[in-house]
Amino acid sequence: MSVETLTLQVRLERPGFVLELNQQLDLAGVTVLFGPSGAGKSTLLRVLAGLETPASGRIRLDGTIWFDDEAGINLPAHARPVGLMFQDARLFSHLDVAGNLAFAETRSRGREPSFDTNAVVAALDLQPLLARQIHTLSGGERQRVALARTLLTRPRLLLLDEPLTALDRDRKADILPYLERIPRAFGLPTLYVSHAIEEVVRLADRVLVLADGRVQAYGPAAQIVERLDLQPLTGRFEAGVLIQAKVLAHDQRLHITQVEVSGDTLTMPLLEHLAPGEPVRLRVRARDVAIATERPNRISIRNVLAGRLKSIVLDPDTPFAEVLVELRGAHVRARLTRAAVEDLGLNEGDQVYALIKSISLDRRLV
Amino acid sequence: MPDLGPLWLTLYLATVTTAILLLLGTPLAWWLATTRSPVKPVIEAITALPLVLPPTVLGFYLLVFLSPDSTLGGLWVQLTGDALTFSFAGLVVASVLYSLPFMVQPLQTAFAAVGRGPMEAAASLGAKPLDAFLHVAAPLSLRGFVTAAVLSFAHTLGEFGVVLMVGGNIPGRTRVISIAIYEHVETLRYEEAHVLSAGLVLFSFLVLLWVYSLNRRAAIRVG
Repeated sequence: MSVETLTLQVRLERPGFVLELNQQLDLAGVTVLFGPSGAGKSTLLRVLAGLETPASGRIRLDGTIWFDDEAGINLPAHARPVGLMFQDARLFSHLDVAGNLAFAETRSRGREPSFDTNAVVAALDLQPLLARQIHTLSGGERQRVALARTLLTRPRLLLLDEPLTALDRDRKADILPYLERIPRAFGLPTLYVSHAIEEVVRLADRVLVLADGRVQAYGPAAQIVERLDLQPLTGRFEAGVLIQAKVLAHDQRLHITQVEVSGDTLTMPLLEHLAPGEPVRLRVRARDVAIATERPNRISIRNVLAGRLKSIVLDPDTPFAEVLVELRGAHVRARLTRAAVEDLGLNEGDQVYALIKSISLDRRLV
Repeated sequence: MPDLGPLWLTLYLATVTTAILLLLGTPLAWWLATTRSPVKPVIEAITALPLVLPPTVLGFYLLVFLSPDSTLGGLWVQLTGDALTFSFAGLVVASVLYSLPFMVQPLQTAFAAVGRGPMEAAASLGAKPLDAFLHVAAPLSLRGFVTAAVLSFAHTLGEFGVVLMVGGNIPGRTRVISIAIYEHVETLRYEEAHVLSAGLVLFSFLVLLWVYSLNRRAAIRVG
């Protein structure tokens, strides 16, 4: 499948807010629009869907122009080949679930890709809900119906506007697997608005970081979450890195799995469902990594990796510092105290050992 | 037993008026509910005028503007051969204006309650504006439509002053129930007046009872 390019040159003014960007996005997999609330993420989605009109600029999907103020082109919302799923679902209360799906389906007949209702209903496990009235649905069920309805517009681009914010923790856990699976299952490039770094690491292939209506960074997810300079935006507490790894072997007795990270071997809790050789993405949080200047012996931490200190960022007005350690082929971040940095006399370029207390599976890479 | 001709004429007038008001009032109410135009308050005020004006004032101006000597009235005479004053057609025009706020205000409230959300959702699902209005906004405003239609109908039933000014008292043409009652009283035929009056009271009560029970959960706004 060829990768389509979305060209965005947009300037839009609202009271107290200016959205201004000039960016090309590669539409493959999931691109998360990430940033604090008020950054302009949802506004950007609305611009793409044709619900807001920019003051000036151009929006183009490959060769097709959606908006061009100079040429006087502004494709109306109902004619744009995008599927927008609203934060608050916006299901039609005068129709039942099947009616809501049919509303989208009958208006998108003949469009490519030609998903059929049964496939969408099956993918989102909606069969038991079809005859239900909207007001009887739970929050999670609403989001599933809304996602199905959006798919049935047969879009070329899926736009998801913080689909998890309206839900409580348990409901989030119910919906997340669908959000993870659907874009891939239906081969749909997706723009996903989120202000939660957990969703970024779980879902994103690429990340566009927005703040104050401007692009702060754009790139592969693993790179973006590693960047220390984006910390104020990506969040400190959950800061960490994503690492590509490969399953080596399982130890059923001790309940552990060994994985390989470009030459280094790491031990982590058993990932029984993964076959040896399978590629995975791991997440190592900065607060789970400690630093030693000598290789410690007789220590409970299993993962001790040699590396080089690449950067040290002291956090003013806090007791903390954050360092980036270069391993053989990967990086980890560690959150230390500034006192520890001084005490150990750490300098950029030093040989150190990264002690990794815990690793979690981020997702399987297929 | 009184002559029931005025009753049928009244029901016919109210039905025609309500049908025309549905056609004219719906786009007007939609525009008022969705526009950000600075002239909106002006149009709202004009729409509400019939609520506060004495019917005689409305009737007087209508008489002036509908008379065969006026541009509009003259045009009508040329087109139909009949005058707009002291005719059924004139009564319809008068009733439409007189009952306009009773159609527009409940509809405007209903449309505003639907809000932009469902219409944006409909557009993003590929529905063109008219399609979205007919299949999303209108069904979601169903109670507003029922309220507006019933109130317009009931309000037309009860009009008197405007009819007297514009339509006079011509049996089978402009003699509606309120005029008939007035005449029965003037000529001291109280029995007939009683029958028609009680009938109107009962009918109006039943209509309003129906509307209010329909709107038990959502308040209606008139005036």
